[in-house]
Amino acid sequence: MIGMQNYVDLWADSQFWNAVQNTFGMFFLSTIPQLLLALGLANALNRRVRGRTFFRMSIALPIITSTAAVAIVFSQLFNRDFGIVNYALELLGKQEHIDWQANRFASWAAISAMVDWRWTGYNALIYLAAMQSIPKDIYESAEMDGASKSRQFWRITVPLLRPTIIFTVIISTIGGLQLFTEPLLYSSGAGAISGGSTGQFQTVTMYLYQSMYSRGKFGYAAAIAWMLFLMVVLTVAVNYLITRRINSTGK
Amino acid sequence: MGLSKRHRGAAAVAMAAVAVFASASACSEDSDSGDDGQITLTVDVFGDQGFGYEALYERYMEQHPNIKIEERGKGFALNDYNTRLTQWIASSSGAGDIVALEEGTIVQFKAQSAQFVNLLDYGAGAMEQDFLAWKWKQGQTADGKQLIGLGTDIGSMAICYRKDLFAKANLPTDREAVGALWPTWEKFIETGKTYVAAEESTKFVDAATNFYNVVLMQVAGTGTGYTYFNTNEKFVLDSNPDIKAAWQLTVDMIDSDLSAGLRSFSDAWNTGFKQAQFATIACPAWMTGVIKGQAGDDAAGKWDVAKAPGTGGNWGGSFLAVPKQSKHPKEAAELAKFLTGAEGQIEAFNKLGNLPSNPRALQDPVIVDFKNEYFSDAPTGEIFAAGATSLKPVYLGPKNQAVRDEIENALRSIEQEQRTADQAWQDAVQNGTNAGK
Repeated sequence: MIGMQNYVDLWADSQFWNAVQNTFGMFFLSTIPQLLLALGLANALNRRVRGRTFFRMSIALPIITSTAAVAIVFSQLFNRDFGIVNYALELLGKQEHIDWQANRFASWAAISAMVDWRWTGYNALIYLAAMQSIPKDIYESAEMDGASKSRQFWRITVPLLRPTIIFTVIISTIGGLQLFTEPLLYSSGAGAISGGSTGQFQTVTMYLYQSMYSRGKFGYAAAIAWMLFLMVVLTVAVNYLITRRINSTGK
Repeated sequence: MGLSKRHRGAAAVAMAAVAVFASASACSEDSDSGDDGQITLTVDVFGDQGFGYEALYERYMEQHPNIKIEERGKGFALNDYNTRLTQWIASSSGAGDIVALEEGTIVQFKAQSAQFVNLLDYGAGAMEQDFLAWKWKQGQTADGKQLIGLGTDIGSMAICYRKDLFAKANLPTDREAVGALWPTWEKFIETGKTYVAAEESTKFVDAATNFYNVVLMQVAGTGTGYTYFNTNEKFVLDSNPDIKAAWQLTVDMIDSDLSAGLRSFSDAWNTGFKQAQFATIACPAWMTGVIKGQAGDDAAGKWDVAKAPGTGGNWGGSFLAVPKQSKHPKEAAELAKFLTGAEGQIEAFNKLGNLPSNPRALQDPVIVDFKNEYFSDAPTGEIFAAGATSLKPVYLGPKNQAVRDEIENALRSIEQEQRTADQAWQDAVQNGTNAGK
């Protein structure tokens, strides 16, 4: 069949698998802390604290900034020679500057930081909205039974948030596996689409784009797009199965 | 006609609708010949400053009252422009009547030469003598039967250096003396070693990787005459000795610790100019504009230009082509011939410093006598013209740029200490082969 050869080639293409590895690596590195952090933040903001509206507003702010602007600012922060992150590390006693673009793990960490900065507040907001729909009397009766705050959180809040958590996990999965702008703009200059000198932060979507525009292989790019679709569906299914297991004993 | 008042009203509405429709469809065409024989030609260019053709358009429109010229794309970065162009050409719609193709872009489009008008059919063959031989050849398909693009400017090659840093390292600062330090690239590296031994806080070059292609074009010019693909389109990355030679030279440069490791056009590279992090840079004619823009007024008079090691060299430069989808290929070809003629090229040099690819224009007093104030009054026109005329043509395959990206990535991974030279070469071969497939 015409076009099947593309899939055969793709199977043996080390650059593709490298991109898959990067995509999943950055996905885990960004999504897991992001959702946990969002849950914690939402829980904190759900309490009666001073300036609650101010804090609720501030966590939502990063969402309205442009991804491009975020990426440009962060790549400056993580600059090798004059970046503020290396400067801070220097103050802490680390004399050797980290080349945030060269090293695989360092670049993943920097890009994940970017993603988290932008999306944690968004997820926190969704969790917060869901938390406010949990009836207060459940907590009151739990308190009367002598349940601690953290026990209430894990036994009542989290189980009742289950549908919301599943929703955010699916959305984050789709977004995370299609990560493009952040890693692309992270390395400015010629050949940025390669995602670093050894492709250490080239994602699947970047490789798709590179195959299409730099290499002129349209059919191959289409094959990559289908593989990406499959990957998203599979990952969403797995994540769904995992998050569904959040127990419902709290009900 | 005895239309009732009411019917007249309806007819008027209908007429108006037709008129609106007609004008709407006229707007949606890129170029449309009206009843009076008026033609609009669209020219697509790229880059922050465009191509400097504004005055030429005016002149051309005066001489050809039936032609109106519109330019698009000024301010577009080359990458963004290329993405659009790829879409226009692939979908056979949207492109202008004339499109600018950069050196790396035109070789890519040679695989789709059927999408472009053969300029030889419109008498461009007579202009062959007006172009440097290698530039002319770059505009042709491999068999030489089709001319896709007419050359605009060329990059040529020199070395730009900071006099103040050279003085700090006790090296000569006079451009003749500096040029004499490096008749060959080996001597260039030797000079670099002397430099970094004396001046520890800065590096000798912006990035070794940025020199690789410059060296390759020189070596291949005097050697095989091709790079990753031979003239039969066979992939020869692993067997072409010129590639290995240029590679080795770049690796030597990295091993000698000469490189600041700043990728061209990155933010860090831009900062590198402002902070004076490196003393020399591979310097095509258009780079003088980049340096001036990035290093800024503070560094005025601190830079100078010396001849490059070896003979000749080139980085960048563009072509004008007429896509098949143009509705006025004849008029477009005529305009392209005008813009790339000696007069057009000298005008572009005056406006933006783009070095002509026309040997006659290169000898024009405007260019020969030009002194660049920012670069310590260096006679940049003369220096670059000398580099341009001594370069030997090198054949580049359609996927040259994609393969080159992979080789340069591999070199950069050595520079960033992620790979040893041997590992990087394996990466280069593997990924280069993948890209060249």
